[in-house]
Amino acid sequence: MMEILAVLGLPLMGGVLLALWGHRSRAPELNVLVSLGTFAASILLAVKILLTGPMIALDEQFFVDSFNVFLVVLTAFVSFTTAMFSRPYMRNERILSSLSNYQIRLYHSMYQVFCFTMLLALTTNNLGILWVAMEGATLATVLLVSLYRTRESLEAAWKYFILCGVGIAQALFGTILIYFAAEKVLGAGGTALLWTHLNAAKGFLEPTVLSIAFVFLLIGYGTKVGLVPLHSWLPDAHAEGPTPVSAVLSGLLLNVALYAVVRCKILVEGALHNRFADDLMMGFGLLSVLTAAFLLWRQKDIKRLFGYSSIEHMGLITFSFGIGANFAGLLHMTVHSLTKSAIFFAVGHAVQRSGTKTMDSIRGLIQSPAIGWGLMLGALAILGMPPFGVFTSEFLILTHAMQSHPWTTPVLLLALGVAFAAIFGKVQSMVWGESTGENLPHPPASLPILLHLSLVLLLGLYIPPHLAKWYHEAARLIG
Amino acid sequence: MSISSQFINLLASILLLLAFAMLSQRRIKSLIRLFMVQGMTLVVSTIVIAVTTNQSHLYSSALLTFALKVVILPLILYRLIKRLNVEWDVETLLNIPSTMLVGIAIVIVSFNLALPISHLAGTITRSTIGIAMACVLLSLLMMITRSKAISQVIGFLSMENSLFFAATSTTYGMPMVVELGVALDVLVGVLILGVFFFQIREKFESLDLKHLEKAEGE
Repeated sequence: MMEILAVLGLPLMGGVLLALWGHRSRAPELNVLVSLGTFAASILLAVKILLTGPMIALDEQFFVDSFNVFLVVLTAFVSFTTAMFSRPYMRNERILSSLSNYQIRLYHSMYQVFCFTMLLALTTNNLGILWVAMEGATLATVLLVSLYRTRESLEAAWKYFILCGVGIAQALFGTILIYFAAEKVLGAGGTALLWTHLNAAKGFLEPTVLSIAFVFLLIGYGTKVGLVPLHSWLPDAHAEGPTPVSAVLSGLLLNVALYAVVRCKILVEGALHNRFADDLMMGFGLLSVLTAAFLLWRQKDIKRLFGYSSIEHMGLITFSFGIGANFAGLLHMTVHSLTKSAIFFAVGHAVQRSGTKTMDSIRGLIQSPAIGWGLMLGALAILGMPPFGVFTSEFLILTHAMQSHPWTTPVLLLALGVAFAAIFGKVQSMVWGESTGENLPHPPASLPILLHLSLVLLLGLYIPPHLAKWYHEAARLIG
Repeated sequence: MSISSQFINLLASILLLLAFAMLSQRRIKSLIRLFMVQGMTLVVSTIVIAVTTNQSHLYSSALLTFALKVVILPLILYRLIKRLNVEWDVETLLNIPSTMLVGIAIVIVSFNLALPISHLAGTITRSTIGIAMACVLLSLLMMITRSKAISQVIGFLSMENSLFFAATSTTYGMPMVVELGVALDVLVGVLILGVFFFQIREKFESLDLKHLEKAEGE
C-alpha cells in the first residue's frame, strides 16, 4: 500500500513543486529526481507483487496484479529516461525557441501531472476513475502539445482535444452501460464499478448490454490508442509538441489506453463467451497496421513519420491481443515503447541540430554519433531487424497468426515490408551524407538512447526466466 | 405508470427538444442560454429521481450539476464571448433544414439501438435511455456542423450533459467519486479551452476553425 501511495504521490507532488519552481536553472534535475523516485517506488511495488501476488488496497480502490504492475514499471522507467533526455533537450530548446519562464514551468509541471494520470489509470480498480484519469491525461498533454503557441501547435492541440474528448465521451457511455449491467448483479453503489468485483461476476452480466458497451469502449479508448480510422490526431500531436512529449505519448500513453481496452475486453469476454470482442480488436488492429504502413510513404516531416509508425505498431499489438497472442503482445508493448522513445530522443536532437523537421533538409546526422547511430539503430530495431527485441515479438505474433488466422499473415508481412522500405530509405539518407547542422549548445543525451537500445537488444537475445515467467503470468490474466 | 415516471419522461423529451434547438440555433448567446436550460432540466430530473427512489447521494449530485452546469460554466462562457466579441452569427457547414433531417434519422437509429437495453432497465426511467443516446449523437452532430471554436465547445459540453442524463436515468447515477472526477475534468477542460481561444485568435485573427486547415491534412 505504501508503494502505491509513493508511485502516485511522488509525481503529483513533483507536479506541484515544479509548478512553483519549474523555471529555475536546476528544475530539470528536480524533474529527473522525481521520476527516479517514482521508478524506484514502482520497482518496490513490482517486487512485492511478484512475491505476494495481486494486491487490493485503500478501500478496494486500487488493484495491482502482474498485468498492470508490468506496465507501471515500464511507464515509470520510460518517464524517468525521458526526463533525463528532456534535461539537455529543454535547455537547448530554451535557447533555440526562446521559451519563456512560464512555458518552462508549465512544461515541467504538466510532465509530472501527465505521469501521475497515467499511473493512476494503471493502478485504479474503478472503471470510472480509469476514465477520469484518461481524460486527465488528455488535458495534461493538450497543454504540452500547444506549448510553443505556433499556429501549427495550436491547431494540433485543438484537434487532439476535440477528437480525444469526443472519443473518450463514447468510452464514458460504455462505462455507464457496464455499470448498468453490473448494478443488476452487484447492487447499486460503489462496488459495481470496481474491476475486481466485475471480474468475479462477469459470467452473470447481461451479454447484449456488454457487447454494446464494448463497442463504445473500443471506439472511445481506441481513439487514444490511435486505431485507424480514429487516428488523425496522433501524427499532429506528435509532430507539434516538444519531443520528450512525443516520446511519452508514443511510448506510454498509447499503451495505457490499450491497457484500458484490454481490461474491458476481459470482462466482456467473460460475459459473452464468443469471439465478438476479439474479432473487433483483430479487425481494427489489422486495418491500422495496413493503413499506417502505406501512409508512411507520404510523410515529409520526421516526427510525423514516427507518429505513423506508432499507429502501425499499436495496431499490431491490438491485433495480437485479438488473436490471443498475449505473450507476444505484452512483449511487443515493452519493446515498442523502449525503441520508439529512443528514436524520438534521437529525432529530437536531430531536429534541433538541423533546425527543421523536414526530412529532405536533414543530412549527415552521423556527425554526432549519439544522434546518428541512435536513429539508425533505433530505426533498424523498430523495423524488426534481428537481433533486436522487436524481431522476437513480431516473429511470435506472426507465427501465432499463422496458426490461428492464416489469411492474416500475408497482409501483415506486406504491411511490415512496406513500412520497412518507407522508413529505412528515409532514415538512411538522413544519417549519412554532408552534415547541414550545427553543434548544439548543450551536448545531446546519449545515455537514455544507449540504455533503451541495449535493453531492446537484450530482450531480443535473451529473456531472463523471471521476466518470461512474469509475462506468462500477465498473459494468462488477459485470458 | 406513476406520476414521477411520467414527469421524467416529460423532462427527457424536453432534453431532446433542447438538443434540436441547439442544433438550429445560430446565435452563440442563445446557445449558451439553451445550455443553461439543459443543465437546469438535468438538475430537476436528478431531484425527481432522488425523491422517488430515496437515493440520497443523488441530491449532492444535483447540487454539483447545478453549481457547475447552470452557474459556473455558463458564466465562464458568457465572459469569454464578451471578451472575444463573438456574440453574433455562426456559419454552419450544413444548412439548418438538412441538419434537422439528419438529426431525425439519428433519433430513429438510437431508439432502435437502445431497445434491447431499455427492456432490461428495471428503473422507473427505462424509456429514457434511447433519448439520452439520441442527445449524445445530436451533440456530436452539432460539433461536426459548426465551424466556430466556441460552438464546438458548447456541443462538447452538451454531450457531457447527455451522458450524465444517461447515467442518472439508467442506473440512478454513478458513484460520487466518479461524478466528482468527471466534473473536475470538465471544468479544467473548459478553463484550458478558454485560454486556447485567446491564443487561437491571437495567431489566426479569427475563431473560425476553417482557418485552421493547413497543408499536411492527411
